[in-house]
Amino acid sequence: MSLKILVAVKRVVDYNVKVRPLADGSGVDIANAKMSINPFCEIAVEEAVRLKEKGVASEVIAVSIGPKQSQEQIRTALALGADRGILVETDDALQPLAIAKCLKALVEKESPDLVIMGKQSIDGDNNQTGQMLGALTSMGQGTFASEVDVNDGKVKVTREVDGGLQTVELNLPAIVTTDLRLNEPRYASLPNIMKAKKKPLDTTTPADLGVDSAASVQTLKVELPAERSAGVMVADVAELVDKLKNEAKVI
Amino acid sequence: MSILVIAEHDNASLKPATLNVLAAAQAIGGDIDVLVAGADCAGAAEAAAAAAGVAKVIKADNAAYAHQLAENVALLIAEVGKGYSHILAPATTNGKNIMPRAAALLDTQAISDIIAVESADTFKRPIYAGNVIATIQSSDSIKVITVRTTAFDGVAAEGGSASVESIDTATDAGISTFVGEELAKSDRPELTAASIVISGGRGMQNGENFEMLYKVADKLGAAVGASRAAVDAGYVPNDLQVGQTGKIVAPDLYVAVGISGAIQHLAGMKDSKVIVAINKDEEAPIFQVADYGLVADLFTAVPELEQAL
Ligand SMILES: Cc1cc2nc3c(=O)[nH]c(=O)nc-3n(C[C@H](O)[C@H](O)[C@H](O)COP(=O)(O)OP(=O)(O)OC[C@H]3O[C@@H](n4cnc5c(N)ncnc54)[C@H](O)[C@@H]3O)c2cc1C
Ligand SMILES: Nc1ncnc2c1ncn2[C@@H]1O[C@H](COP(=O)(O)O)[C@@H](O)[C@H]1O
Repeated sequence: MSLKILVAVKRVVDYNVKVRPLADGSGVDIANAKMSINPFCEIAVEEAVRLKEKGVASEVIAVSIGPKQSQEQIRTALALGADRGILVETDDALQPLAIAKCLKALVEKESPDLVIMGKQSIDGDNNQTGQMLGALTSMGQGTFASEVDVNDGKVKVTREVDGGLQTVELNLPAIVTTDLRLNEPRYASLPNIMKAKKKPLDTTTPADLGVDSAASVQTLKVELPAERSAGVMVADVAELVDKLKNEAKVI
Repeated sequence: MSILVIAEHDNASLKPATLNVLAAAQAIGGDIDVLVAGADCAGAAEAAAAAAGVAKVIKADNAAYAHQLAENVALLIAEVGKGYSHILAPATTNGKNIMPRAAALLDTQAISDIIAVESADTFKRPIYAGNVIATIQSSDSIKVITVRTTAFDGVAAEGGSASVESIDTATDAGISTFVGEELAKSDRPELTAASIVISGGRGMQNGENFEMLYKVADKLGAAVGASRAAVDAGYVPNDLQVGQTGKIVAPDLYVAVGISGAIQHLAGMKDSKVIVAINKDEEAPIFQVADYGLVADLFTAVPELEQAL
């Protein structure tokens, strides 16, 4: 088997950065924040590259939708082993439905057998795009994957669900969204980072793909969550139990 | 306004998460119907009919919905949901799996994980791991929403007397099949519904040491949770993970043992009423959200705690 795999990677504020609202509450202050590839997308790239290394896949294409700088995240994917990249360049903050429509247009162009995405972007915390792409392309979806097994024109996906684990089987082409336990992404080696600079990277736009970027959901305000009032340190277990019983009255 | 609530259930009974979603639906206001999609799901449909404030239960009882396959259930929701102004489901793994797919079929932008209803079109939701709260407004004619269950007190499970209408719509997309599941079995309360949760992190060192937490949990009637690090290391199964990308809990008492307090973990528990942290490192960020902090070696403190209860 030699599958063509499309991987979607998003440029997001690094997971170590604690963001704050802008002074006027109109958005989040990310002006000088460190940007990275969304961790779940990194897991998606790793999974695709492993499938290629196992001989299951023959080509891995990394796609990102966002500003010009999203090239950096595509190059990261290329350094991890993806073969070529596509940037859908836009300065608009597209919502998951519009992102899914861009990806649908690329799916129609590239006809991948498998699309691997993250389960969630850690900025918007949407957890939507893979499922939406599934609906738009009539592909099956294996979300929150902790194990992926491609065989005989089908993919078996073990999913992390609230009650434990669930396994489903999907006809190819299909969509997989990654959960944390799917794999541990490798670090890109320096030679591979150098090689990635020479790999092909095409650029297109939402308009070229026929996608309207208009957003039906507007952000009216962004604010800090309610602060918790300061707590106290207790000296020992006896004091802790006393406080929980007599002060907080929770046990 | 007319609201369709997608029931979370196991065919035989209704999951409490549905009652929280009904509360969010009441906050929006309007007639509330409940869709129960399943196989042999009469028990769940009857339970939904008994819940407070439900006008009508729509039961779609078909083998295609037995395991809540998103490919099939989303088609049904898009079909049944067409006439409603809002479609709501809990932000459980099942709701998150199905609702965006249904939303895309309806060509609307889904809204994930709301924590407050400001008006029929305006909602609050956490973003960036709960570092900030966004107030958002939707202009879509059908609003497809998942609800953070811990943010809404559930409506009464009894007292309602809605009618149950069966529909024979069978939407089998034919592209996915259920293979199997491994569900965790536990006599302890369900993590997201428990009034006390005790969680362990990397500091627990291995799975056997979680036995100490189980003993405390059993004395308190508590559920046991974990940090991502403890799940990744294989100490405990994935369904115990609390956090931004795991389960959201908001019990009366949350006890964090050997957990440093990364923002991704805090995202899942910082709305707990009372937080206790036990950690040997007095600089650990978990102490910044703790009501009661104890700097101690967990291997002495936890057995002492069990003795003291
Ligand atoms: C995309 C993404 C998503 C994530 N999602 C989640 C999530 O949903 N939930 C989550 O929890 N994390 C999540 N994380 C991981 C998170 O960033 C932290 O790495 C994780 O929470 C750390 O777990 P920990 O506190 O158990 O481990 P550590 O940070 O290693 O902390 C262990 C703590 O134990 C203490 N300790 C050690 N020994 C003892 C002892 N004998 N007695 C007392 N204390 C002791 C130490 O002082 C330390 O504070 C996510 C990360 C990413 C990148
Ligand atoms: N702008 C984007 N560019 C590329 N992929 C994206 C983008 N937004 C979302 N995705 C993909 O969709 C997944 C889920 O994102 P979300 O639905 O926003 O939580 C991400 O992990 C990516 O794989």
